[in-house]
Order: sequence, then structure tokens, then C-alpha cells
Amino acid sequence: MNLSETVNTGYFFGLVPLLVFFPIAGMLFNMIFGGKMSEKAIGTVASAASGLTFVVAVLLAYSLSATHGELHQVFLAEWIHIGELQLDWTFRVDTLSVVMMLVVSGVGTLIHIYAIGYMHEDVRFKDDVRRFRRFFVFLNLFIAMMMILVSGDSYLMLFVGWEGVGLCSFLLIGFWYDFNILGQKSTENAEAGKKAFIANRVGDFGFLLAMFTTFWHFGSLQFDAVFESASHHPDPVVISAITLFMLIGVTGKSAQVPLYVWLPDAMAGPTPVSALIHAATMVTAGVYLVVRSAPLYNLVHSTSYIVAMIGAVTALFAATIAVGQYDIKKVLAYSTISQLGFMVAAVGMGAYVAGIFHLATHAFFKALLFLSAGSIILGMERGHHHLAHGHGDHDDADAHHDEEVFDPGDMRNMGNLRKQMPVTFWLYMAGTLALAGIFPFAGFWSKDEILLDAKLHAEHYPGVYWLLAAAAFLTAFYMGRQIWMVFFGKERTEVAKHAQESPPVMTVPLMVLAFLAVFGGALNLPGSHALTHWLEHTIEGVHAGEFDFMVAGVSTVLALIAIGISWLLYGKNPLKAGQIDPLKKPLGFVFTGMENKWFVDEGYGAVIIRPFEKLAKFLSIDLDWNFWHDWFHNEVVYAGFQGLAKFLADPVDMGIINAIADWLAEITKRSSEKLSSLQNGFVRSYALSVLVGVVMILGYLLLK
Amino acid sequence: MNAVPVNYYIILSAILFTIGALGVLIRRNALVIFMSIELMLNAANLALVAFSSANAQLDGQIFVFFIMTVAAAEVAVGLALIVAVFRTKKSIDVDQINVLKG
Amino acid sequence: MNQADFYSLLPIIVLTTWSALLLIVDLFIDDKKKGITAVLAAAGLALTMGLTLSQTGQTVIGFNGMVILDGFSTFVNTLLLFSGLMAISVAYGYIKRRGIERGEYYSLILFSIVGMMLMAQARDLIVVFIALEMLSIPLYVLAAIDNSNAKSEEAGIKYFLLGAFSGGFVVYGVALVFGATGSTAFAEIAASIATGNAETLLVLAGAALILVGFGFKVGAVPFQMWTPDVYEGAPTSVTAFMAAGAKIAGFSALMRVFATAFPDIAVDIAPVLAVIAALTMIVGNVAAIAQKNIKRMLAYSSIAHAGYILMAFAAFANPALRDDAISAGIFYLVAYAITSFGTWAIVISLEKEDGKGLAIEDYAGLGRTKPLMAAAMTIFMLSLTGIPPTLGLIGKLYLFRVVVEAQFMWLALIGILTSLISAYYYLRVIVIMYMKEGEPETVSESWLTFTWGAMAVLTVVLSLIPASLFAWASGALMK
Repeated sequence: MNLSETVNTGYFFGLVPLLVFFPIAGMLFNMIFGGKMSEKAIGTVASAASGLTFVVAVLLAYSLSATHGELHQVFLAEWIHIGELQLDWTFRVDTLSVVMMLVVSGVGTLIHIYAIGYMHEDVRFKDDVRRFRRFFVFLNLFIAMMMILVSGDSYLMLFVGWEGVGLCSFLLIGFWYDFNILGQKSTENAEAGKKAFIANRVGDFGFLLAMFTTFWHFGSLQFDAVFESASHHPDPVVISAITLFMLIGVTGKSAQVPLYVWLPDAMAGPTPVSALIHAATMVTAGVYLVVRSAPLYNLVHSTSYIVAMIGAVTALFAATIAVGQYDIKKVLAYSTISQLGFMVAAVGMGAYVAGIFHLATHAFFKALLFLSAGSIILGMERGHHHLAHGHGDHDDADAHHDEEVFDPGDMRNMGNLRKQMPVTFWLYMAGTLALAGIFPFAGFWSKDEILLDAKLHAEHYPGVYWLLAAAAFLTAFYMGRQIWMVFFGKERTEVAKHAQESPPVMTVPLMVLAFLAVFGGALNLPGSHALTHWLEHTIEGVHAGEFDFMVAGVSTVLALIAIGISWLLYGKNPLKAGQIDPLKKPLGFVFTGMENKWFVDEGYGAVIIRPFEKLAKFLSIDLDWNFWHDWFHNEVVYAGFQGLAKFLADPVDMGIINAIADWLAEITKRSSEKLSSLQNGFVRSYALSVLVGVVMILGYLLLK
Repeated sequence: MNAVPVNYYIILSAILFTIGALGVLIRRNALVIFMSIELMLNAANLALVAFSSANAQLDGQIFVFFIMTVAAAEVAVGLALIVAVFRTKKSIDVDQINVLKG
Repeated sequence: MNQADFYSLLPIIVLTTWSALLLIVDLFIDDKKKGITAVLAAAGLALTMGLTLSQTGQTVIGFNGMVILDGFSTFVNTLLLFSGLMAISVAYGYIKRRGIERGEYYSLILFSIVGMMLMAQARDLIVVFIALEMLSIPLYVLAAIDNSNAKSEEAGIKYFLLGAFSGGFVVYGVALVFGATGSTAFAEIAASIATGNAETLLVLAGAALILVGFGFKVGAVPFQMWTPDVYEGAPTSVTAFMAAGAKIAGFSALMRVFATAFPDIAVDIAPVLAVIAALTMIVGNVAAIAQKNIKRMLAYSSIAHAGYILMAFAAFANPALRDDAISAGIFYLVAYAITSFGTWAIVISLEKEDGKGLAIEDYAGLGRTKPLMAAAMTIFMLSLTGIPPTLGLIGKLYLFRVVVEAQFMWLALIGILTSLISAYYYLRVIVIMYMKEGEPETVSESWLTFTWGAMAVLTVVLSLIPASLFAWASGALMK
């Protein structure tokens, strides 16, 4: 580690390996000693590891600003040197990667702290400290992998992190592989993990193809080298291929159409995981990848347009589904997909700063919303627990299994929670207003910048603006719907009446996030454009857009109208217990579609999965077993063989084949023994062996 | 007076060397084997001195001193070993030193 | 003796003085406290290692060209000093347990290392010969140091007689080379051969005889026959030191002599070396199969590994590959030293006072009773076989690459086939540890545990970052 460099220059670039080291150290510490530690201690170690990572990121940001945002590459070790491929493990510290480091480690630390409280109360958690430890081990591993992803200096290093976070995602979605969300024995979470993994593999395959093509064409995977040779010899066909392959990876990791289906299922993971991995950080890796590859995307307009369209379509498509969901986390999941669509659309249009800006603010408010949703779910759990056991009798945890199923995440079971959970209510409001894009919350500024860019570039990217505007409208609507359903009206169940507020270990991190959700817009306010100037050092050709009252006004008015409509539908006449959704009547089959996620999963099932299973069944049962094994083997081979075997077995097999195998083993053994017996222990024969050697060598050399 | 040609010395030393090497192979007494080895070393010494005088260079003769010194050190260790063996086995016949084999 | 002379041999001078003083100081140390001697010896090695490392990157020729300090010698000497430290670490408790704890044990190790280090710095055949004897004579004594034990005694006298015998060939070889070229200095020998002044037949014969001496030291066929007997008979801690130290010294001398003194006859010598390498791999690996005693098995294994390293010498004939061959060779030596010390530490842990516990069958059940130790042993066996994720694999990869580049396909093929054969007896140890029932008795000794633990970690960790280590080995070039 280049600590000496730190001392010499006064800057902290040499510290960058610590970004990976701290979480790994935390992970190892918990793995080795965690078995004998209390829950609190485990959580503290993990949070501290993540917190130290954040401190390092801050120091890096400071150093970077002190050196005018110049790129710093910190060499750690040689990694792979094979022929043309020269790869080192080098860290890349530039303004872009530092923003990502700050967001990941900052939000990550808050979520670590929150998780200490959350995991303690998870219904499925039965004082199993090992589970508790495993959770934090995975979380720390995730932070480390995410750091490798954002700090890598080559596509391959990025890919290592990319796969690493995918693995953590898989592990954490299926964290409760043996219980479902209701605490019953079930493997559905494991299934969800598998689905996420497979959908991501499809995307990764695209990314791999992109890397192979890059290496094949440019002979390197190092960012600067690739970009430089790309700018010198732009070959549109190859670069289109690379960027399109990469786009497949982006749709997988960042949950875009058509590979987004895994993300809603990923909500099976514990809520902190949903917040950290599936809302704030990992899913934005695709956006980061596009921004990182900006020099390539800038070269081919057609791909950029495809990227932008995929983002915009995803934004609208997912927003419509969010309108029809009843599960509090599912709404947020589709909202996340929709917001990722915004980011992808932004970076597709070349509005890289807007994309990263939205990435950061979205990390704040979506983490806030998810964690608050977790708080609500736990609050409902507590109410449920309270009802089920009356007062005092808390020990009999097994009783859960025999009761009727109660879903604490279903919004139809809630209502008027504002009264029982006031703190969570206000936090949730902050997140909602930020997401809906209400002035002056963080989401307003970032979303506005994306819409502004879409408007400005409308002639190059036709249609994007309208799709995004519609999505923004729906965003405000479904968030309004959620607020009215959850916090207002009358309690629709007994449980909702007895819901309880969460402890400070959970609410305090939320307050920090809420602060960021409210004021996060300050990062890139029109006029100062701090983020734009910051990122200018890394991304070529970004420029601050002019604030446009037209665009901002339209989107604000749209949002307010949407909230108004939602009030008319859900707020004025609160939903009653058992009542069907008031949207159902006016929208009819459209709402059925929204409710059922436009039957995409079913479609995939019909078009891909079931035919695939059928093919597999056909191959395994009909072709392999019935035909190959039963008929061919039994009838053709077996019968024929029987005859032949009778003849071959004794004379040929035993006589020759077996003998050869035995002979080989035997001859090795024999020669081994022979050699051993040559070693007869007599000094004089050893000396003879030396002399024979001498004579033979001399003879060869002198006579040849 | 004609000097003896260097080849004569070399042939003599080769003969001595061969006698030494064969002695190691043929004799069974550890002491005699050891003496044979000394004979080999001295054959080399003879060759070195002869070459040294033929090449008119001192290096070879200096080397001879080193060889003699080292040989003396070897004698010290070797005799000690042989004595130790004699104490336990009451014999210095190398063919009886034959526990380790295989 | 001017300053450059002094500087070029500074670590060796310090270590020699230290060992001589240690011999005297030891007289005043109580018989029950010989541990102090061990610590002092280790301190001397550490000090010398510090000095050696401080000379990194320098090239100094001293004593009228008789010795040289360069990257190669620094690298090899560091490795030798590391081996010395490990040798003391495995001996510390073991010789106490076997009742052979004497102060001179450590001094002898130090003297032997002095010889080995001088060998790596030699630039003249006279120095080579002196170094060879300086490293050998203490080893003769060490092999026989358990003089109440007939086996140890036998090992000592066999090693001595055969060592002196092969030493005779070296001396005669030097005499022939001197006669042909008129010099014993490498540079002048090489120059004389290059200009064609030298009698080629004499030079070839001389080089071949010198080769015999080194071949004996590293245990190359047909000069290997002492190896199993001496390895088995000598106290195990001595065997561990011999296996690593003598091999490193022998190979470094072989590299030095044949790369700098005889570069122009490499074409003639290379086929000989290739055949020796092939025979060594075959004999070592095949004979190991029949062994029931683990020390003997490891002795044959060490012969086999000498064969692998010798493969690199086949590539010597091609000047373009010479540096690659040297780096691959010394990289493999590092890998072998680390793995072998770990293995010997475990062998020592299982060896009982009466010398029992050395049969491979005695390892049955180790996987259950001592899971960590068994895991470490598994790593070492995998490394010796050349299976990832271990250093042994990386070392083999580099070696085979050089051999293939040198167009010795048949040799590479034999190397791979014999590696396959070796899997049989290495993996058998693993199978016995984990699959057979048994109650192995082990000795827990902090330094032993440290040795096998640290070596196991190094074996795996270094295999993950081989490029840095290989870069260092590649930088260790001769001047």
C-alpha cells in the first residue's frame, strides 16, 4: 500500500485500497470471531467497517478536490499477465468513481446501522446469532464488491465487482431460504434468488460478449486504453456491437425492459437488502457502466437512442405496474425500476450528469422509502404479535405457525398508521415528496434535469420526453395512492390499530436519509451546478443546462394534479376493509393488467420457461431416457451387446483390455519396486552409479 | 635439459584418478575408500600443477593449496565419522553399513 | 582487501563471524538452555538477511573478480537465509525432544549457509569448490549428529563418502577446464572458449565432471542414490534443511557456472541435461510410489522436483531463453522451499521420540483429530503435485512454459506424465489422512505449528499473486 505516498504528497490517494480492505476485514472479523459475539457487537463491527469505508471515500473526495479533480490511478498489484493481456489491479480515483464510492458507502453505512435493529426483529429471526452474523458478513462482502466495481480501472476489474455484487444479491435475496416473508416454511425466497441470478446471468453474458469484443478489437480492457484507441479509429460497427452487448448487461443489472422481472421478486430479501442492493446501489451499476463507457456511447448515436428508449419505456411501463400493486414493497420495487429507467434514459441521451445526479438522490430517497417501509412492516408485525399474545407472553414464538396467514406488507391491511407511527410517517412523507418530484425536495431537481435534457434533445431523441413526463405523472400518482392507503383513512384491520413505532436504532439512520432526501438537491442546484463541475473532470463535454421554468413548471403541475387525483380516489373516500380498488371500475381491464404486472411473468413463462422446461423434459425423458436409454440402449445396444459381450468378455476383455490396464498399473508398481531394490543400501553400488553416470556423460560428449 | 611434456603429467594424473575411483568401488574398508578419494584429489592436484606450469600461471598452484586444506578438513570430519561408526559396529566394512535401503 | 571487496561479501563476513562467535558463546550457555543458542543463531540469520536485502539492486565485483554481488545472488541468498530460519524453527523443539540438542547444531547450520551463500556469489571455480566443501562438510556432520542412532551414523558416513567421491570429480573437472582455458575465472573461461583458444574436448570433459558434482548435490539421476538413505537416516530437522538449502545452493551454482562460464558449450551440454532431467523425473516419481516411510517418499519426491527444475536447464542452449529459464528455475526453488519446509514441519510433528510415526499409514485419521494440520498437509501435497490453488502449480507452469518454448516437447511430455504419476503417491497421503481410521499422535510445538501454518498460508496466498513474485525472480538476473 502506498502509505509513503500519502505522507509525501499530503493527499490520501494511497489509501484507496482500504476501500476494499475495511469491509473485507470486517467480514473476516465477524466470520472468525462472530460466533462468540453478541448481536450488537457483530452489527457494530460491520457498521464500523462500512463507516470507515465512507471515511476513506470522503478523504479521497477531499484529495480529489484539492488536486482539481485530476484522475489518479493507484497501482496495487499485478494481476494477470498473459500474452497481450496485461492487467493490474489498479484503483481508479476520479470524480465519477468517488461519487459512487460516497453514495455506496454512505447509504451503505446507514443501512448497516438500521439493519442491526431490523434483523433483530425480523419474525423469522429466532435468536440465531449465526444467521445474524451471516447477514452482516454478506453485507460487508457486498460493500467490498461494490467498491471493486466502482474503483476498477479496467472492464475486467469492473466485471469482478459486477459478478461479486451479483453473488451477494443472490445470497441475500435467498437469505431466508427456508422461510417465506410470513415466517412459514417455504423455499420461495430461494426461488426468487435463483430467478435474480438467472436474469442477471443473461445480462452478464451480454457484458462478457462486450468485453470479448473490446479485447478482440482494441487489445486491452483498461478504460483509458480502450477509449483512446476507440477515439483514434472509430469503427461504428464494432463500437455499436460493444455498446449494444453492454446494454444487455445494463438491462440485466439495472432491471430494464426486458430483463427487469427479477427485481420485484428480489424484494423477498430482508428489507435492508432491498434498500441497499435493489434500490440504492447495485442496480445503479448499469447506469455507472454506461457513464463510465461514455466515450464509446458518444461515438454511436443509434445505440444511445436505443439506450434512451429502453430507459424511457421502462420508466413508464414499470410506473403503470406500480399503480396496481398492493404490497408496499412491490410498489417501491416497480417504482425503483421506473426510476432506473429515468437514469438509463438520461445517460442514453448523453445527460450523464443528470443521470448520476438522479442516481445519488434516488439512492437517498429510495433507501429512505424502503427502510421506512421496513419500519412499517415491523410496526405491523409488532401489532400482530401484540394481538396474538395479549400482554406479556412473548416467549411462545412457535405459535405463529398455526395462526391464519397475515401479510404485514399488504397495504389493504393498513390505514391510518400516521397515528401509531408518527415518526415513520413524517420520514415516509419526505421520501414520497422527493420521489414525486415536489419542489424543493431532492427528486425535484434531479428529475427536472433529466426532463430538461429530454426536452432539449427532443429532436435527436424523439419520444423520450413524453414517455418520461407520463412516467413522472404516474410516479406522483402511485406514491399519493400509497400515502393515502397506508397513513390516512381508517384502520382496516385490528393489527393496524396496534402497530407500534420502531426503535431509534432504526429511525435515526432514517432521519439522516430524510435530511438527504430533502436537501440532496443542493448537490447540483441550477446556478451552482456543483456536481456538473465536479464531473466535468472525468466525463468529457458535459455542460450545465439552463433551468427552464417551462419544464419545471409542467412537471410540478403534473405531479400536483396526480396527487390531487389520488386524493380524490383514495384520500377523500378512504378504502374500506375488503373494498376493491376504486381504479378498477374506470380503468377496467387496464387495471387488471397493471395489477397483474401486464402478465409479463406469465408471458415469459409461456414463451420461454415452459418451452424450455418442455425441451428439457423432452431431452431428458423422451430422448435420453425413453429413446436413448430404454429403446436404444436396451433393445439395440443391450441385446446386441449381450451377444457380443459373451464373446468379448472372457477372451477379449479379461484377456486383453483388463490386462492392459492392470499391466500399466502393475508395470508402474513393479518398476517402482525395481527401482527401490536398486537402492540396495551399499555405498559402493551408489558410487558405481555415480561412475557409470560420469562415464556415460563423458562418452556421449567426447564421442559425438 | 628437455622438460617432460605436459601430456605425460596429464596421462599420469588420469591414471591416478582412475585408480582412485576404482578403489572407491572395489575396496570395502572405509578407510581405504577414503584414501582412494584422497588419491583422486591428488590426481587433480597433479594435473593442476602441470597445467599451471604449462600455462605459466599461478592460479592452478594456488588452487592446489586450497584443495589440500579442504582435504585436511574433510579428513578431520571423515575420520571422526569412521571412528564413530567403528565404535557402534566394531567394523568399518562399508558393506555392513546397510540398514538404510529401498 | 578494499572497500568494494568487503562490501561484496559483507553479509557472508558477518554471518561467518557470527557463527564463529556463536560457537564460543555457546560454551557458556547452560546445557538446558540451548534455546538461547537457537535464538542467537536466528538473530544472526535475520541480521544477515537485513544486510542482504539492503544490497538489493546493486552489482559489485570483488576480490579481483572472484566473487560477485548481483540481483541473482541477493535473491538466492535471501532465499537461503529464509531456509536457515525455517531450519532453526523446525529444529528448535525437535532436537530437544530427540535428545540431540547441542549448541554446535546451530553453528553448523550457519556455517553451511555461509557456504551456500558463497556458492551463489562465486565467480571463479576455486570459490565454487571452496563453497561446495563449506556447505557440505557441516551437512555431513549434521546428518550424523544423532550419533547414538545407527541410522543417523549410516546416513552421515554414506553422505560423506559419496560427497567426497563426487567432490573428487569436481576438482578434476576444474583441473581440466583450467588446463584447457588457462584460467579458473568464469569470465576468462567464457572468453577463452568463445575465441576458440581452448581445447574443446578438455573443456567439455571438465564441464561434464563439474556437472557431476552439482548433480550430486541436487540429487539428479544417476547421482541421486544417496538421497533416500541420507534423508531417511538423518534427523528430520536436518533433512528439512538439506532438502531446501542444498538444493537451492546446488541449482544456483549450476545456473551461475553454466550461464556465465560455459555459455558457448551450452548447445552440447543441453541434451545431456535434458536426458538427466527426464531420468530424474522418472526415477524420482516412480520410485516414490513404493515407499512406505514418509521421509523416504519425500526424498524421492525431492529427486523428482530436482528433475523438474533441471528441465529449465534444457532451455539454456537458447540464449534468448536463458533469463526466462533462470527465473523459472529460481521461482520453482522458492515454491519448493516453502512447500517442503511446511511438509517437513508436519512430518516432525508426527514423529515420535523413538523415531516412530514416520510411516505414511501413521497419518490415518489426521483429518479428524487435527483438521488444521491435515488441511495444511493437503495444501502441501497439492502444491507438490501441482494442483491449484498452490504455488507448486504456478512454479510448474513457468517451468513448462520455458521448456515448451525451447522446443523440448518430449521433455515437457515426460514432465507432465510423471506429474500425473506423482499425483498417485501425494494424493494417497491425503486419502489416508481423511479416509482411514486412526489415532495419530502429534506434538504441538509453537514453532512447528507456526512453520507449517505460515508455509500453508504462503503456499496459497503467493499462488494468488504470482506475478509480483515472478517479477522479483525475473529481476534477479546475473551480471
